[in-house]
Amino acid sequence: MGIVEKSRLKSPWILHYDCSSCNGCDIEILACLTPYYDIERFGILSKGNPKHSDVLLVTGGVNHRNKTVLKNLYDQMPAPKVVIAIGACGSTGGIFHNCYNILGGADKIVPVDVYVPGCPPRPEAIIDGVVKALDKLKHLQNGTWKEPETGPIVVETAVGAKPAPAAKYANAAPAPTLNSQPTNKEA
Amino acid sequence: MVKSTITFGPQHPVFPEPIQFILKVVDEKVVLAEPQIGYVHRGIEKAFELNDPKDNIFLAERICGICPAPHTTAYVRGVESLMGIEAPPRAKYIRTIMNELNRIHSHILWAGLLGDAIGFESYFMQTWNYREKVLDAIEKISGHRVTYAMNAIGGVRRDMTNEQLRGLEKTMDYVESSLENIEDVMKDYTIKKRTQGIGILTEEEARRDGAVGPTARASGISQDLRTSGYDAYGDLKFEPVVVNNCDSYGRFAVRWQELKQSIDLIRQCIVKMPSGEILTKSNNPMNGEAISRVEAPRGELFYYIKGNGSKKLERVKVRTPTFANIIPTVTMLSKGCQVADVSVIVLSMDPCISCTER
Repeated sequence: MGIVEKSRLKSPWILHYDCSSCNGCDIEILACLTPYYDIERFGILSKGNPKHSDVLLVTGGVNHRNKTVLKNLYDQMPAPKVVIAIGACGSTGGIFHNCYNILGGADKIVPVDVYVPGCPPRPEAIIDGVVKALDKLKHLQNGTWKEPETGPIVVETAVGAKPAPAAKYANAAPAPTLNSQPTNKEA
Repeated sequence: MVKSTITFGPQHPVFPEPIQFILKVVDEKVVLAEPQIGYVHRGIEKAFELNDPKDNIFLAERICGICPAPHTTAYVRGVESLMGIEAPPRAKYIRTIMNELNRIHSHILWAGLLGDAIGFESYFMQTWNYREKVLDAIEKISGHRVTYAMNAIGGVRRDMTNEQLRGLEKTMDYVESSLENIEDVMKDYTIKKRTQGIGILTEEEARRDGAVGPTARASGISQDLRTSGYDAYGDLKFEPVVVNNCDSYGRFAVRWQELKQSIDLIRQCIVKMPSGEILTKSNNPMNGEAISRVEAPRGELFYYIKGNGSKKLERVKVRTPTFANIIPTVTMLSKGCQVADVSVIVLSMDPCISCTER
């Protein structure tokens, strides 16, 4: 594995696009970046530039006006890339499924790799979704990816589970890595 | 002079939401700004007519994920006046607490986003860390961080126990002390440089363009719907926060003082909380028209609801504060600001595009 492949997995950059979300999922994605959940401990950074990004987070159902924007953003991202549909609306259209301007989930326009259900999903679920997508990214760049027989990857959202704040781990050893995520027990 | 055109958005790192501004620029100066909207339009007003009025509460909540409490409050108050019922006093106090908690989390969120737009990353992180405590308090009361589903037609769905009230008091103490920690940011040289005198909106212009909420109050207009005394606000003591700066710094100052005001209002609610029922049940037909106005974190929120006696509503019209504030923002932008200040000016009115386009 070369330095580029390794750093892509150790520090993936995400691009967030709000299709027609209610903002609920968007502020939860932003909350992931802030000290309480601190997604940066996995090296994940949010970038506004599609040409720098490896992971695309889509919130909200696609409508007639923003479908071209979403397609453009996806096309500008360099391969290998993964797309995560956040929330009920991003996955299927959700509560807005019968609105006249909604085409459906993000998978109507771009291929979606991981679905994170919830309205809105908790930040833990979003982090879990990104980590699951990284596993796929690893296989994609090695050329070993096989579609699972059980269908698309869906994050199981645990109700009420909350990791300890990252600040608690400042002095603890070893530091949490991808394989040892903080759980309720550790807290 | 050669005019060039710069498109700002719809996907831009500063905005969490898609909106496009087409800027006509001479050198570095913006001479004209045209907003282009429609990227988040879903058609919720039509969906209101398709669902059961009780289910519509969840739809109203998802008009905006940042201010769900005022949206549902405005909707249920409108439907209640169509039915001719009123929520019990305890329910009104719980609604007021949820609305004020919502305002605290929304204003802290905004303060952080402004820091992010200016490039003050550590301040953004700090404010959002404090905001998590408010979300925890909301979760303890309602069971969810972002969408509360507390309001019901005729009252609220969940009661608050004494332990919850005491816990809320502690959270308010924590939030107040932590805001004091970062209060010096208002005196910061860089913040002043980036906000003072940027995005000027005089009182005349604010009145002419119909600005609402903190944008109007920062231009010296004393306009706060909470003084009309809906829900429990009639029993509480407070004065609208008004400053005369007329610039982005003024809007910052208004929101900062409103945070303290909201903390004070919640404390008053906890002390005065009446006991009794939380829900008035009714099967009255919904007939006629109703108008319901609520002060959301961003300004006046307006609902028009029409029923025709059947089980579904005939028409629901929502006018959101950001919609009213778009014209004032275009006025601010078109005064010849620098391109680098566009993001600060747009953020200073706290845009919520998903409300506006519904």
